[in-house]
Amino acid sequence: MNDDVWLVVPLYNEAAVIGDVVAQARETFPHVVCVDDGSSDGGAAAAAAAGAVVVQHPVNLGQGAALQTGFEYALTRPDMKWVVTFDADGQHQTSDVLAMLEKARAEDLAVVFGSRFLDDRTDAGLLKKLVLRMAVGYTNLTTHTKLTDAHNGLRLISREVVEQLEITQNRMAHASELVQQIGALDIRYAESPVHILYTDYSKAKGQSLWNAVNILAELILR
Amino acid sequence: MNIVLIQVLLIVVVVAVAARLFRSRGARSQAVRRLGLLMFAAFAVVSILFPNLWNRMATVAGVRRGTDLVLYALVVAFLSFTVTTYLRFRDFEARYTRLARRLALDEVRTNATSRPAAKPVADEDGADSPPATDQA
Repeated sequence: MNDDVWLVVPLYNEAAVIGDVVAQARETFPHVVCVDDGSSDGGAAAAAAAGAVVVQHPVNLGQGAALQTGFEYALTRPDMKWVVTFDADGQHQTSDVLAMLEKARAEDLAVVFGSRFLDDRTDAGLLKKLVLRMAVGYTNLTTHTKLTDAHNGLRLISREVVEQLEITQNRMAHASELVQQIGALDIRYAESPVHILYTDYSKAKGQSLWNAVNILAELILR
Repeated sequence: MNIVLIQVLLIVVVVAVAARLFRSRGARSQAVRRLGLLMFAAFAVVSILFPNLWNRMATVAGVRRGTDLVLYALVVAFLSFTVTTYLRFRDFEARYTRLARRLALDEVRTNATSRPAAKPVADEDGADSPPATDQA
């Protein structure tokens, strides 16, 4: 079951949780590739022990670069039909991925984006919501897509689309770049509601809102 | 009125330089940069020989003193230097990323083939074509 799905998990200094995250994910999706982005903790070993394939960047390159590496690894697996981008910090849930897969299969979609804003399960702060809204507004404006949440790490992407992606934004702007590249393809995509768990752990590690400024600069100066 | 002229001039130059550097790379923009540098050097020599030149040019542009004009020119030059350097670093980083990625993927492949249970992965030649070289 779900043998044709590969979870791509960018991993950077998440040793505390990655073992559990991988083990839990593998109950539903046996194929997990963790791209260790030059972590200085024992995260890679923990991921491998939990049964994930570990691809190790020799140096830290950034989350976008890690995703692209994961995509390229997944493409070397001939049985792969779907790639799921999945966070290492336990924010994402496999039940949401199952719903996305079902939706993609039922509606013949090539890409399903997770969205925090299609229902009210996700409890983001007011400021965070505002910044995310502005971010998705900018992305929609510049990419001719219509999404409610473009900066969600949970996505389901079909093999034919993964083959055509090339993320060059190594750091944070990769989410917008992904949307832009997918928007430019002639394929069917949709959004599916996901529930992001803002745990104390993920909050402590989470993105500073200042990153919105950095993302914008990286997108403009390309 | 005179002040407006220099303002318009500077804004046009800043925008033009930025647009030029943002939008195009490759042989042409590199040639333009080098010609610009050459002209800059030539003009530096001329202005050393004829210091009053800046004052006269300043008057034409609507600035009171030649030193002010030099300052403005410097601002423009510095801006273009910043953008050029940024873009160069981006190119450099893109190559470095490809290299690191290739290393990482090759390492996994080697491990997979050395373990008899794991299936060797299909080769994926051509996935990483070398980037176009546009720097000296």
